Amino acid sequence: MKKQGSDGNPAPVMPALPEPLKDLKIKYTKIFINNEWHDSVHGKKFAVFNPATEEKICEVEEGDKPDVDKAVKAARKAFELGSTWRTMDASERGRLLNKLADLVERDRLILATMETIDGGKLFSTAYLMDLGACIKTLRYCAGWADKIHGRTVPMDGNFFTFTRHEPIGVCGQIIPWNFPLVMFIWKIAPALCCGNTVVVKPAEQTPLSALYMGSLIKEAGFPPGVVNIVPGFGPTAGAAISHHMDIDKVAFTGSTEVGKLIKEAAGKSNLKRVTLELGGKSPNIIFADADLDAAVEFAHIGLFYHQGQCCIAGSRIFVEEPIYDEFVRRSIERAKKYTLGDPLKPGVQQGPQIDKEQYEKILELIESGKKEGAKLECGGGPWGDKGYFIQPTVFSNVTDDMRIAKEEIFGPVQQIMKFKTIDEVIKRANNTTYGLAAAVFTKDIDKALTFAAALQAGTVWVNCYSALSAQCPFGGFKMSGNGREMGEYGLHEYTEVKTVTIKIPQKNS
Amino acid sequence: MLRAVLRGSRLCPALLRAPFSAAAASPIPAPNPRPDIAFNKIFINNEWHDAVSKKTFPSINPATGEVICQVAEGDKADVDKAVKAAKAAFQLGSPWRRMDASHRGKLLNRLADLIERDRAYLAALETLDNGKPYAISYLVDLDMVVKCLRYFAGWSDKFHGKTIPLDGDFFCYTRHEPVGVCGQIIPWNFPLLMQAWKLGPALATGNVVVMKVAEQTPLSALYVANLIKEAGFPPGVVNIIPGYGPTAGAAISSHMDIDKVAFTGSTEVGHLIQKAAAESNLKRVTLELGGKSPNIIMSDADMDWAVDQAHFALFFNQGQCCCAGSRTYVQEDIYNEFVERSVEKAKARVVGNPFDFKTEQGPQVDEEQFKKILGYISTGQREGAKLLCGGNPAADRGYFIQPTVFGDVQDNMTIAREEIFGPVMQILKFKTIEEVIERANDSKYGLAAAVFTKDLDKANFVSQSLRAGTVWINCYDVFGAQAPFGGYKASGNGRELGEYGLEAYVEVKNVSSPGSNPLEQLQIVFVPLLWAGLRTGAKL
Repeated sequence: MKKQGSDGNPAPVMPALPEPLKDLKIKYTKIFINNEWHDSVHGKKFAVFNPATEEKICEVEEGDKPDVDKAVKAARKAFELGSTWRTMDASERGRLLNKLADLVERDRLILATMETIDGGKLFSTAYLMDLGACIKTLRYCAGWADKIHGRTVPMDGNFFTFTRHEPIGVCGQIIPWNFPLVMFIWKIAPALCCGNTVVVKPAEQTPLSALYMGSLIKEAGFPPGVVNIVPGFGPTAGAAISHHMDIDKVAFTGSTEVGKLIKEAAGKSNLKRVTLELGGKSPNIIFADADLDAAVEFAHIGLFYHQGQCCIAGSRIFVEEPIYDEFVRRSIERAKKYTLGDPLKPGVQQGPQIDKEQYEKILELIESGKKEGAKLECGGGPWGDKGYFIQPTVFSNVTDDMRIAKEEIFGPVQQIMKFKTIDEVIKRANNTTYGLAAAVFTKDIDKALTFAAALQAGTVWVNCYSALSAQCPFGGFKMSGNGREMGEYGLHEYTEVKTVTIKIPQKNS
Repeated sequence: MLRAVLRGSRLCPALLRAPFSAAAASPIPAPNPRPDIAFNKIFINNEWHDAVSKKTFPSINPATGEVICQVAEGDKADVDKAVKAAKAAFQLGSPWRRMDASHRGKLLNRLADLIERDRAYLAALETLDNGKPYAISYLVDLDMVVKCLRYFAGWSDKFHGKTIPLDGDFFCYTRHEPVGVCGQIIPWNFPLLMQAWKLGPALATGNVVVMKVAEQTPLSALYVANLIKEAGFPPGVVNIIPGYGPTAGAAISSHMDIDKVAFTGSTEVGHLIQKAAAESNLKRVTLELGGKSPNIIMSDADMDWAVDQAHFALFFNQGQCCCAGSRTYVQEDIYNEFVERSVEKAKARVVGNPFDFKTEQGPQVDEEQFKKILGYISTGQREGAKLLCGGNPAADRGYFIQPTVFGDVQDNMTIAREEIFGPVMQILKFKTIEEVIERANDSKYGLAAAVFTKDLDKANFVSQSLRAGTVWINCYDVFGAQAPFGGYKASGNGRELGEYGLEAYVEVKNVSSPGSNPLEQLQIVFVPLLWAGLRTGAKL
């Protein structure tokens, strides 16, 4: 048995890391409908910024209700009975998704560089993690395309009954800025493998990689209208999607606040199906018997990964009393090791927050932590003279009633709390409106299984954190969302089950 | 050219329907009738070996009777070597055992890419060694091979175990683990496709393989062996041994270190395999064997289509299909017209050089089959069936047989009961639906069946009454990697393809552990047992 961490999986998981592109050209800045590029109906544009420099990268066409209407018309047409897309073999949909994966692999460097410039993401992370996940997710869903089985059903009476898993129709998909490409793929891949057509609104902060994907989707050979991409803002384009009478389903990833609006809009309009993947305040529970080195490292990465801008961030770290001081000491040491700077540069470990709004919100929450009596152990302020950088920040002596222990900060701010007993920590961990993820670190199998069952969260990690892959369903309990993405479960959100019953003269088993 | 071939051969459209694949969009490349033979040895550990005995055997071109090349002849000693390599590749902690399931899928997809790259070469090789028309090799066999591998590539990280709500405070789950070393013995009628059907599910689920390819047609499988290496499968994961059934095949089926054997071939040999498994180590057995499949034509069917499909059902691949529709039951009121049109169709069938695009029917695979089929034809005549066309060899050399149709066939005749595996069609008459169901099911076989009717009730009633692993309604030989295939009764055990096809390649392991205090669990489980024991007076 090899020790954890010395994993030598023979699969060449990580390709060598190249240099980012020096002269990235932004070719696609328009609205993608029917495999063609369109100006916005209103003729408006919006600026896209590099969060590391606050400089403008380019202007992008600003989609609004009339553009969403156009996109929905195209998607509806592509979904008509008898259309190319509807008459295509399921295995052929899989082949197209695999082709798209090939193209993403080919243009990996372009996309990773774009993701870094537009999203402030470390280039190494974008290239290795984000793009790796995109390619694998596309291939995973490609494989499902011809394996989404209906059933034959032993119905009472002289009937022959079977189910068909049919695509829902036109799916509106609204995605966030923290993992622009991964979220784009998480949305379109299951939708397309089930045979739906989509209208995607990427985040206004990070529309560029999604638009580039438009060109690859066309190149892969998806018929016109199957995928439509409308860059724009939430209150305009996003609201047009969620209120649309001709969109059959809406999938949203973003804040819980907006999630409520989406569901409300679906209720008010046409009762479209809704899946939501929202915020979190995920507990990470560290027992005294845990491997302390591993626990400190996972807890650290679980919070600071991508500048803390993860819905799954382990932002409430509960540490058992006997090891609390030592855990805090090592966590501070770990947080202080950071090099901040230009995310394109090698050696940089933390890039900027996505925009000024987020940056100010995080600084305000740090202030609240100080004011409410948490102990600021390190960081706590901005970094550098341009760009939205925040120092890696650690708070100890955090109590459950503080704002930093209750609200989603979405930044590099770690809260460490103390606990004494199992019953106490289960109660405290579950005492939140959120339920996206949770983790427990212990060597004791009984504790591990107790927590796996007791925690109210869509994902529970034992002795690890942030372990996600396309095979595993992901989503939230409570106000962290509705439904699941990825895995076989994720496909249920993109199919309608149709029961067909045929009268037969006589039944035989 | 493509259109001419399609129209000429009247293939089932479903087999050739691929509106988006590159294959259908581009013409078939001209064949090279003399493809170079690069690989003729035994493939073990991603290396090429001579037979331990140094023996070789000839592979013969059935269109001419000439020797193509000599091939290393595997026997027990070679099987032992291959099993050792396979076991080493399957050891706990090996690269293959530690590989992500998704990466196994990636390797299978890569293998599909390589076969697609070498599609024209492989199609020519298949035709040279097996005799099937090149256009069919290229459009049908190779297309299905690539799709099969891609299909199973997708399954590799999707064959889920379950978590189970076990009574008591237990956490209980299943793992679908690979069975281990799988012996796979494949036939000569679809050499490449049968290889893909066997490798796809075995490798997707993480097994290692020792495959024996048919002595008549070893060449394409050995070429694929090299592609397996090129794709990046670790050494020992796939081992391929050309050789004969009574030697290499028997060594596999009776091997003490092979965990599972999968066989496609005759029912006669299927019996031997199952017996050998029982007498050795109780290895798991799946069998895909012979058939005598009924094809039922109701008088309300679309006549043109039914004649067309019944012809295709029997004559496809020179009649060398386990699922051939070799008992065509036609309802009385359309019988005469159906027979007349079937004879017309058979007479028009073009037999000849399989590399010629006009050819619809090539030679039978070897002299033994050729003689056996001609023997069945004379038995049919002797037993009183009416020979309506054909009945003889179709050329001076090579193993060609004329497309043959028998009318007035009775259920008790040899040609209505035994598998002929040649271009010989039997047409039988029936009156009522109940009668034909009974007659159709009166066979030791149960591989496939079909019914042609426009009536929904008849279609449902007949399809649910037939004892066969596959029933086609208003079509025949519709195959896809997604749909399971296998036999009732003496046509086989288990299913290949589809999700069902994965079941034969996994062991289900159930894992249970207490969810909290183990001592408490002991009481919960054993106290009721104790009480139950006391109540029934049993001693514990």
